This record gives sequence, structure tokens and C-alpha cells, in this order.
Amino acid sequence: MEKMPKWADVILIPLISLLLAAILSALVILAIGENPIDAVKLMVTGALGSTYGWGYTLYYATNFMFTGLAVAVAFHARLFNIGGEGQAMLGGLGVAIICLSVPWPHWSIALLAACAASALFGAAWAAIPAYLQAKRGSHIVITTIMFNFIAAAFLNYMLVNIMKPAGSQDPATARFPEATHLPSFQSMFSTADNVVFRGAPANISFFVAVLACFVVWALIWRTRLGYEIRAYGHSETGAVYAGISPVRITIIAMLISGGLAGMMAINNVMGEAERLVLNPTEGAGFIGIAVALMGRSHPFGVFLAALLFGFLYQGGAELALWTQIPRELIVVIQALVILFTGALDNMVRMPLEKLFLGMRKRAE
Amino acid sequence: MEFFVTLIQVLDSTIRLSTPLLLACLAGLFSERAGIFDIGLEGKMLMAAFFSAAIAAVTGSVWLGLLAGIASSMLLSGLHGLASITFRGNQLISGVAINFLASGLTVLIAQSWFQQGGRTPSLFGGGRFEPINFPFAESLSGVPIFGPIYSELLSGHSILVYVAFLMVPATWWVLYRTRFGLRLRAVGENPAAVDTAGVSVVGLRFAAVAICGVLCGIAGAYLATALQAGFVKEMTAGRGFIALAALIFAKWRPWHAMWACLLFGLLQAVALRFQNIDLGGIVIPVQMMDALPYILTVVILAGFVGKAVPPRAGGEPYVKER
Repeated sequence: MEKMPKWADVILIPLISLLLAAILSALVILAIGENPIDAVKLMVTGALGSTYGWGYTLYYATNFMFTGLAVAVAFHARLFNIGGEGQAMLGGLGVAIICLSVPWPHWSIALLAACAASALFGAAWAAIPAYLQAKRGSHIVITTIMFNFIAAAFLNYMLVNIMKPAGSQDPATARFPEATHLPSFQSMFSTADNVVFRGAPANISFFVAVLACFVVWALIWRTRLGYEIRAYGHSETGAVYAGISPVRITIIAMLISGGLAGMMAINNVMGEAERLVLNPTEGAGFIGIAVALMGRSHPFGVFLAALLFGFLYQGGAELALWTQIPRELIVVIQALVILFTGALDNMVRMPLEKLFLGMRKRAE
Repeated sequence: MEFFVTLIQVLDSTIRLSTPLLLACLAGLFSERAGIFDIGLEGKMLMAAFFSAAIAAVTGSVWLGLLAGIASSMLLSGLHGLASITFRGNQLISGVAINFLASGLTVLIAQSWFQQGGRTPSLFGGGRFEPINFPFAESLSGVPIFGPIYSELLSGHSILVYVAFLMVPATWWVLYRTRFGLRLRAVGENPAAVDTAGVSVVGLRFAAVAICGVLCGIAGAYLATALQAGFVKEMTAGRGFIALAALIFAKWRPWHAMWACLLFGLLQAVALRFQNIDLGGIVIPVQMMDALPYILTVVILAGFVGKAVPPRAGGEPYVKER
């Protein structure tokens, strides 16, 4: 017998957790001497009040959809992939190599190739921790953390010593050729006399991210592999009894996860920066954790949570611009979301379960 | 002779750079030996670094700063305990949350208190831990070999450095020679047995997490008030994770932890001093030195060179049988 109805599990608990995080964030804003209501108003106008704001919100949301899906897929196999940051960096390296080394005739072909390259590089970076977890029992959380640092050092080396154009002081690659530039929302949706999304970085990869949400949903709930991943995540012994190989599932789930994290690079590297710079990911890999936790590892939940964090990111940037509140407020909110939806889940869940049990008893 | 002088300087800086790693590593050792994984060492150090520097800057007393640092780190420890012991949440997720909380809150509060872009004012005088000079350090420095070792390598560090290295035998003694230590190790391997013996699993684990908070607090205070003169944004720079790596490298044992931290400190000292190292035609890039602690840890974790086996009940919340 379920302890409480499904809607309470998927909607009520995340909402309560979010509310708690919001209340605490408001207290933090109060404590540093600013007005939380004004802050929210400013964030809403800044992030959602214009197509320019939306352009940034959706750009950030695209990043978080990829990294959120990455964490979510691994969660389904009960693996905690904390290495999205490193995998996304390597994805950026893949995109940079493919964009700079091949003279692409058109952006659409370049985008397909970049998707493949970024997914391949991200998956490759996840492959070693996956193998070590599956075959040698090394804890995936620790190895993926280590691989984040190794990725940062590796990227630093590649940019400074190998990929930097001769004579340049800046540790970054050359600009990608014109033909690989992705269409931005501005060029896609503007008409001659009505320019929208002016100067905002949102681009066509947003739709790739949405597509990825659908594909992940179909994979997890409509394929045999997805079933095996969920079965393994639910009970390892049960899965083994059903003839599912833990080694195979661990490695495949991590490869998919790393590939998704790597694909973030088509948005931030190919779509926005149009070259590879140091620290291209700016923490988006870690935000994936909050996004996946809040979205309850469901692609639709991830989609909504990514939009929310996109809003928080753009809103936070506006706050930093117009008030004394630094951008780091978003990091605090992110921490509170992870804390309440992830670590303190039982704090919200236990009283609710009691409440529903009590209500059911009274009904009987 | 020139080589010897350089060697002494590098080793001297190794000791300075190993100290925060060692304190954080021992902090993690207490927590993980009791079965509570802690990837929030970084966050606790960062929080302590900020509050120690902030209070030392305001009051002018480094000792009050140290206390504030320890208190703030213990607060985060309490949060970790609440999430992972009381509410049986995921310890790793809780650690991640604590790291972000510290990373955001320190800058937010620093900006609100000092308006200097997320840093504290520079500390001077009584606001910093001053180096302690051993007796006769000055007069013995002329003696060949022994002189520089005594007066430059061993003497002239701040008190927290000596505290850190004294914590190694102390930790060993507590863990292996006291009843508390035996129970602490038992609770990390088989909490049910400890529970059956009538000892509180929750109490022991909270005690371990509290010790972890104190040590992380000292580590953070050392960073901001002894190694450097004030807090800057993200000043821990991954040291909490290097400490975690050292802990695995040492296979959760105190003396080995010291050697691991000295090794990783040496790598940092060498990277700081030499940048790229030219070994007769083969250049080791500085990034390799940065990545080496992590690479070594992965190799150890993979079990190709002696397998690292964590405490058996690590990461698992304890549920009493009913």
C-alpha cells in the first residue's frame, strides 16, 4: 500500500521544498538589508519582462536541461554523477575540435556533427569512472569529482599549450568559422520591423534540449534499456535475478549521462561563445544536480526545473546589476534547493506521510 | 649548496601548504570512520575562512576569529548531521548542498558587511597568527645542513601548523587507544553491533561530525588568518577535495593521511615555484602537477596499487530494527 497518493509525491513535496527554500532565501535577502519583494519584482522584470530577458533565461535553461537530464538518467540507475561539469568541459573540447578542423558548408550539418562530437567526448569522460565503478567498485561520486578537476587541468593545458592561436595572449581557441554559427532566436523570430531577442544568446540548441527531454523520456519509460536501468536502480539484486547485468547497465547509464552533459557544449560553446574559453561551463554541471532533484528525475520535471533555474540565473544577474545583492545569491538558492529537495527530503516527507495515513484511517 | 637552499624553501612551503590539507583530511577521517561521508569539507573550510577573517578584522583578535571560524564550520556540520543522521538523507547530496551554501553565503555576507567585492579587509598585527620562532633559531641558522633545517624548515611557522601536525598522533591515539575511538570505528563498520551493545549510534555519529566541524574550522581559519591575510572569494580553491583525495589515498588512517597530505602539499609547492618543469627535454606542464593528486587518487581507488576500502557502513543511514 502506498503511503500517500502519487500526486502528493510528485507535486506537493517538491512544491513544499521549493517554498521552504524560497522562504529561507527571502530571509537571507532581508538579512543583508534588502527587500525580498522588490528583489523578486526586479528578477521577474529582468528575466521575463522582455524578449531580451527571455532570451537569456532560455539560454541558461538550455544548459541546465542538458546537465539536469544527465544527472537524472544516472539517478534512475541509482548512480550519482557529480561529474557533469567535467563532462561538459570535454564536450566543449569536442565541439571546438570539430568546428575548427572541418570546413563545414552549413550550420545544420555542423550542428549534427557537433552534437555527436560533444556527446562522444562527454561520454568518454564518463566512461572511466563508469568502468571503475562497475568493474572495480570505486565509488562513482569520488571518481567523478576527481575527474572534474582533471578535466579542468586538461582543458587548461589544451588551451594554453596547444589550441591557443599563435601570438594570442588569451587562453582560448580561435573564433569558430562563420559557417558554424548557430541561428540565434533573434535571427529566427525577428521580422524586418520587429526585432525580438535582440543580442540575447538563446539559440536553436534550445530545441535540441527540448528534443533531448523527449528522447530521454522515451528511453527511460518506453524501451527495454530504460526498463533495465530503472529496474537496476530500484533493486540491484532484483535486477540481477531478472538477468540484467549490473556492469552493462552502470556503464551504459553513465555513457548516456556523460553524453548528455557533454551536449551542453552545443549551447554555450557553439551557440554563445563561438570559441572555447577557460571554464566554459561556469558551474552549469553542478546546477544539473539541483535541477534533477527538483524535477524528480523526470524529463518533464527537469524541463520545468531548468526553466526555473534559467529564470533565477538571469534574474540574479539583473539583481547584481541594479542592487547591492551579488550574483552569489543564486548559489545560495541553488544550495537550499539541493538541501531541501535532496538531503532533507525526509524532513518534508515524514510529516506528510503521517498526515495522509491519518486521513486515510479516519476515512476508513 | 644552491640546490640545498632551494630544497629547504620548497619543503618549507610544503609544510605551510600541507597544513590545511592535513586538518581537513583528519576532519574527514573522523567523520568517515564513523560512517558519515563528507564531501562538504570544502564548504566548511570556506565558511570558517570567512568568519575567522571577518571576526578577526572587526575585533582585531585572531583568537576570537578562530573561535568564530570553528563555530561557523560546526554549524554546517550540524546541518550535515541533521540531514544525514536525523533525517537519514543522502550524505553526498547534503555535502554538495553545504559546499554551495558556503560558496554563496560567504560572498553574500562579505559584500554586505565590508563592501569590498566579496573579500574581508586585510588583516594585520593581532588579527593574524604570527610565526613562532624556536629558541636559538637565529643563532643556529649559520650551522651547515642542520641550521637551515632547524631555523627555516621547522621553526617559524604559525601555531596552527604545529597544532595540525600534533593532531596526527592525537587522532591515532583517540581512534586506536580509547574506548570512544573503538566505538567510533565500530559505528562506521557495523552500527547494528554498536546499537546492540547499548551505545547510541546517533550520539557517536554526531560526536564524529562535530569533531569534523572543529578541525575544518581550524583549517579554514589557518587559510585566512595565517597562510594569507584575509578572506577572498573561493579561497579554499579545491583544497577540501584534495583533502578528500588524501584521505582515500591514506586509506582512512591518520599517519598515512599525514604523508599523503605532505605529498600533495609538495606537489602544490613545486607547482607554485617552478611552473613548467623541464626534465632533460621532457617538459612536465604545470597543469599536470595540479591534476596529479586527483589522478593518483583515481589510481588508488581503482585498486591497481593497493585497494582503498572505505568503512563498510559509510554513506548508509542507520535504521534501528523494529
